[in-house]
Amino acid sequence: MTKNVTSKELMGGDDDLPLYAPQKKIYPQRVSGTFRRIKWGLMALCLGVYYLLPLVRWNRGLGAPDQAVLIDFQSQRFYFFFIELWPQEFYYFTGLLILAAFTLFLMNALGGRIWCGYLCPQTVWTDLFYGVEYWSEGDRRARIKADAGPLTAARLARRALKQAIWLIIAWWTGGAWVLYFSDAPTLVRDLATFQAPTIAYIWIGILTASTYLLAGHAREQVCLYMCPWPRIQAALTDEWALNVTYKYDRGEPRCSVKKGRAQRALGEKIGECVDCNQCVAVCPTGIDIRNGAQLGCIQCGLCIDACDTVMKRIGRPMRLIGYDNDINVQRRTSGKTELFKPVRSRTVVYAALITMVCTVMLHALLTRSLLDLNVLHDRNPVAVKLSAGAIRNGYTLRFINKRGFDRVIAVDVDGPANAQIHIVGVDSVTPDRPMIVLARDATTELRVLVTAPVDETVEKTQPVKFRITDIGLGEVASATDHFVTP
Amino acid sequence: MSQHNDTDHISGRSTTGHEWDGIEELNTPLPRWWVLTFYATIIWAFGYWVVYPAWPLVSGYTAGVLHYTNRAAVTANLAQLEALRGEKMKALGTASLAEIENDPALLALARARGKTVFGDNCAPCHGSGAAGAKGYPNLNDDDWLWGGTLDQIMQTIQFGARSGKAKAHEGQMLAFGKDGVLKSDEIVTVANYVRSLSGLSTRKGYDAAKGEKIFADNCVACHGDGGKGNQELGAANLTDKIWLYGSDEATLIETISNGRAGVMPAWEGRLDPSTIKAMAVYVHALGGGK
Repeated sequence: MTKNVTSKELMGGDDDLPLYAPQKKIYPQRVSGTFRRIKWGLMALCLGVYYLLPLVRWNRGLGAPDQAVLIDFQSQRFYFFFIELWPQEFYYFTGLLILAAFTLFLMNALGGRIWCGYLCPQTVWTDLFYGVEYWSEGDRRARIKADAGPLTAARLARRALKQAIWLIIAWWTGGAWVLYFSDAPTLVRDLATFQAPTIAYIWIGILTASTYLLAGHAREQVCLYMCPWPRIQAALTDEWALNVTYKYDRGEPRCSVKKGRAQRALGEKIGECVDCNQCVAVCPTGIDIRNGAQLGCIQCGLCIDACDTVMKRIGRPMRLIGYDNDINVQRRTSGKTELFKPVRSRTVVYAALITMVCTVMLHALLTRSLLDLNVLHDRNPVAVKLSAGAIRNGYTLRFINKRGFDRVIAVDVDGPANAQIHIVGVDSVTPDRPMIVLARDATTELRVLVTAPVDETVEKTQPVKFRITDIGLGEVASATDHFVTP
Repeated sequence: MSQHNDTDHISGRSTTGHEWDGIEELNTPLPRWWVLTFYATIIWAFGYWVVYPAWPLVSGYTAGVLHYTNRAAVTANLAQLEALRGEKMKALGTASLAEIENDPALLALARARGKTVFGDNCAPCHGSGAAGAKGYPNLNDDDWLWGGTLDQIMQTIQFGARSGKAKAHEGQMLAFGKDGVLKSDEIVTVANYVRSLSGLSTRKGYDAAKGEKIFADNCVACHGDGGKGNQELGAANLTDKIWLYGSDEATLIETISNGRAGVMPAWEGRLDPSTIKAMAVYVHALGGGK
């Protein structure tokens, strides 16, 4: 017989509870120590580069922009110090992305999510915004107390001040962004006098809004819910990667300072964690690291600083929380010495791949051609018979001059015997070797006719090779196609 | 109908009161945001009817307060495009053909413009790449019935050939057979003679001397001594390797018997002067221009 089943059983229990857990506000406490100092230093470096780089000048000569880093959409050029890239060289960016991915993998294999903790823009700006919050609204306790209490005028003023500074930072972030796309000093002046293109204001608006919302309000929510990296990195990591780890072999069982001292005096083995909760108080994602490795941990190391401060005060050895891994916890438990293995197959492979991509990119960059030639054969008609019986083929040649000056080049053709070359619109100095002027930093497209006294009995197609030579520099480029007989 | 405040005894939720075979429908109203969006679209539709053309009437439609039409939008876009092109096309109109040819920027513009207009107007006969077809000259080669200089090409485009226009090229190949000027065997003989002029093989046992005489008596007037042709009359050069209608004996007999008089339309009046100029430069740049 059938059994009566309640809907609760069918649906697996608590189906009436909402799937959404409301955000618990986090009040990270101010902390000082080694990792905090590293974070401040890296923040200064990253933000310094971001805010100031567009202002760096770089002399490229007449007619070229003198901005060190410039993404020039209008003329489709990307300038990075001595490098100038064209749209068809986009593969360098592909290379950079591959490089970035492998570097991230390597960092992950060595030190877990140190990208998240120290270099990720979300972390850097959130950290800066927290700094502003400490300054205007005070430390953890003060903020919790103020939030719980009534909204006084002083409290409102502090809050307004914080929001204002946040907005200024956000606005400046957007402002720095657009400077990468246009001559910075000119754009700053235009922005100030409201003469800049609308798109500039739109982008400043977008980045102001996103910075303010993400760094000021979304904060750890970005790391916990929006960012895919925690999910990906979990699949990339291994047991040797150094993670921020609570050394539970040392810490457990937790015990108060006083009781611990007494027990230890009696020669009992007692854990060193005094359950002061400092590691939880300082955590910007609001987790308890003592629960082990978890998705919310961005490995910023602030809990290490907090714990060390306490350990120092109570006279116990530092690094109860530290960069470590489970293998070492197991080894210590079984009385073995700690073991760190930064060199292992995974890291070697990543390092090798990084070196390889770097080498390929550097080679491509150094041997990059500054004179180029593309050829396109006429399709209709593919060949023309002339009145004297010779055969002529038409081609469209695209000359690319990536140098910052005009250059004179000679065009040669190696094709069927006695082939003659003529460029439409160019009077040849000598009939078989026309010369043309290529405008600087531009492409030139010309129609080229190759005539050869070929009769219909010979092969239908023969190879033809166009060769261009810079008369002054001797640079050579070539392109091949076919000479077709009807 | 049952009452509306029934409660489902299993889930504890309210029902719509509808029941079929003991199965009750839970009351699951649409989310508020969804309903509000729905109402907003209805309001939007009313606004749309007022602003844009919307409702068909017996002989027309409601125009809407904006009086928007697709046709007017297209016309405005085209006008905008013409204005955009205006300056450059004006430069094309004032420059001489030689000046255009010698200025890389103008040449590029003329070629681009010429290519587009060629595709729209000339390609049906001459082919998209101007390779021609039987009876329609290939404009890429160096053989020209009416001359291949810039000016000559321009003139041909402007007024055409046998188009009936005052300044059009005139002159036609007579129908020597149909009009009874030559007899059949004479036509065959002269056809073989013409083939020999450009080095093609001739029929076994044909009388070359007789052919030469027939040619001298009937054809030289237009095609010139030795069959070199005459561009004034559009008479073809019979000594080269290029044949407009074909070089085999049968085609030549057909040509001599019935004559030829292909028509090229005049483009003046249909295309504006700067466009005709651009076209002339484009055709000249195809490679056959003298």
